Amino acid sequence: MIELLNVTKRYPGGHLALANCDLKIARKEMVFITGRSGAGKSTLLKLIGAIEKPTSGHIKIGEQDISRLRRDTIPFFRLNIGMIFQDHKLLYDRSVLDNVLLPLHIRDLHGVEATQRARAALNKVGLSNRERSRPITLSGGEQQRLCIARAIVGRPTLILADEPTANLDDDYATEIMEILKALNDSGDTIIIATHDQGIIARYGKRRLVLADGSLS
Amino acid sequence: MNLVTHHHTSLRDAWQRLRLHPWSNLFSILVIGIALSLPTGLFLLMSNLDRASNSFAEQTEMTVFLKTKTEMDAAQALADAVRAEPGVRRVRLIPREDALAELQHSGLDDILTSLTANPLPHSLVVEPTDSLRVRQLEQRLRQHPEVEAIASVAAWAQRLDALKTFGAALTWSLALLLSLALLAIIGNTIRLQIYAQRDAIEISRLIGATDRFIRRPFLYFGALQGGLGGLVAIILSGGGIFWLNRSVAELAVTYGSSFRLANLDLQTSALVLVTATLLGLLGAWASVAHTLRDFD
Ligand SMILES: Nc1ncnc2c1ncn2[C@@H]1O[C@H](COP(=O)(O)OP(=O)(O)O)[C@@H](O)[C@H]1O
Ligand SMILES: [Mg+2]
Repeated sequence: MIELLNVTKRYPGGHLALANCDLKIARKEMVFITGRSGAGKSTLLKLIGAIEKPTSGHIKIGEQDISRLRRDTIPFFRLNIGMIFQDHKLLYDRSVLDNVLLPLHIRDLHGVEATQRARAALNKVGLSNRERSRPITLSGGEQQRLCIARAIVGRPTLILADEPTANLDDDYATEIMEILKALNDSGDTIIIATHDQGIIARYGKRRLVLADGSLS
Repeated sequence: MNLVTHHHTSLRDAWQRLRLHPWSNLFSILVIGIALSLPTGLFLLMSNLDRASNSFAEQTEMTVFLKTKTEMDAAQALADAVRAEPGVRRVRLIPREDALAELQHSGLDDILTSLTANPLPHSLVVEPTDSLRVRQLEQRLRQHPEVEAIASVAAWAQRLDALKTFGAALTWSLALLLSLALLAIIGNTIRLQIYAQRDAIEISRLIGATDRFIRRPFLYFGALQGGLGGLVAIILSGGGIFWLNRSVAELAVTYGSSFRLANLDLQTSALVLVTATLLGLLGAWASVAHTLRDFD
């Protein structure tokens, strides 16, 4: 269970991104967070992923108050999370396969076992035939799918997807959403930030609206 | 098992990074190698000097040349007096006639026959009881008015010893100085590497990499670079001794000696290699600790 208690996030410049947000998300739930650009969607996901710290308030994941995490325990917390970044954050000087191997190496998994798992993840997102390619040679949709493969290869129980279908054609967007839906069906908690109302309507899941830093 | 494959992965990554910029890395490895080969080479020369001088040091005998006008009686009396001195085991009087005869046998007879009179003095061969007191004994003998000069190998060996002490100090200070240079070279290389990998580091952290995980490949890289530099140093100094030995052999032949400089042995090579690797690791460690702090 994820719980936000009166969370406020003010960026160092003084900009107020989130104001007094309260939120509860159950395990195995699939939730959409929507709102205009600049509403604070990415900020909310970064807070849940312990990438940013709240200015005030508490964020609890399970029993853990992640707003209180020590710097050296944050990496271990992040291992439970699969993050799909709005700006992909792929390693462009490494192959597709190496990008997916990275989370496994971080988990101290190497060798054949790691390669098998990475290939399985690539297979899941339909990129098996591109494992030797550089990410830069992939289409936008393929890069997005590579992000998903990297996010799921470590078998996290919580997936945070920041605009996973942004800038994608409908066909690609549907493909990506189907992958996320399947992950949710198999038991993962999934939080998706998107401003694509069509997609939200199609899946009929819970929808949270962010407007000027406030949830409704 | 996992630990092994894991270190294997890190080492392979480090090797791949090395090959990513072969020329600049080759250049730093060469610089490291040259820097390390100086103290290594000096160390080799010093240990050879040691070996050579040890063979002299056992020769404690000294030859005391008397003034040419000293008569046989006086020489005999002096020999007896020296025999009575403390620290003297044996004294042998060599009359000037015997000295000349010996010289004639040594192949200088052409020159010697052209001389009308025997130019050589009487001499005493003095054998001390204790090789450590040679200098004092020499000084006491000098005080006899009949003594003209004293030739002593041991005295030379002692002078050589002083030179060796200086050489050893030089070797160690050079080693220390160049180790610091090596730390700086590797530290700087690693720093550039870290900046080149900035995105990868940031992304790895976002998906759960610990500082240890981030640090590891750079440490491997530093150790690998240091180790390869050590290898270059071994090749350079070993090759240097090999090359010097050709001249040494030629020189030794003219003295009827088969003396050769001893080359790097396995132990010293291993020491150089291990030291270089550890220095590389240390340089990388310092650089990583320092540079990664800038990224937070
Ligand atoms: N690192 C940052 N520093 C300062 N302001 C930021 C930072 N990140 C986001 N913001 C600001 O916070 C607000 C919310 O941003 P964000 O969470 O990215 O919105 P969204 O993802 O909904 O478009 C925006 O006004 C944005 O300019
Ligand atoms: Mg955003």
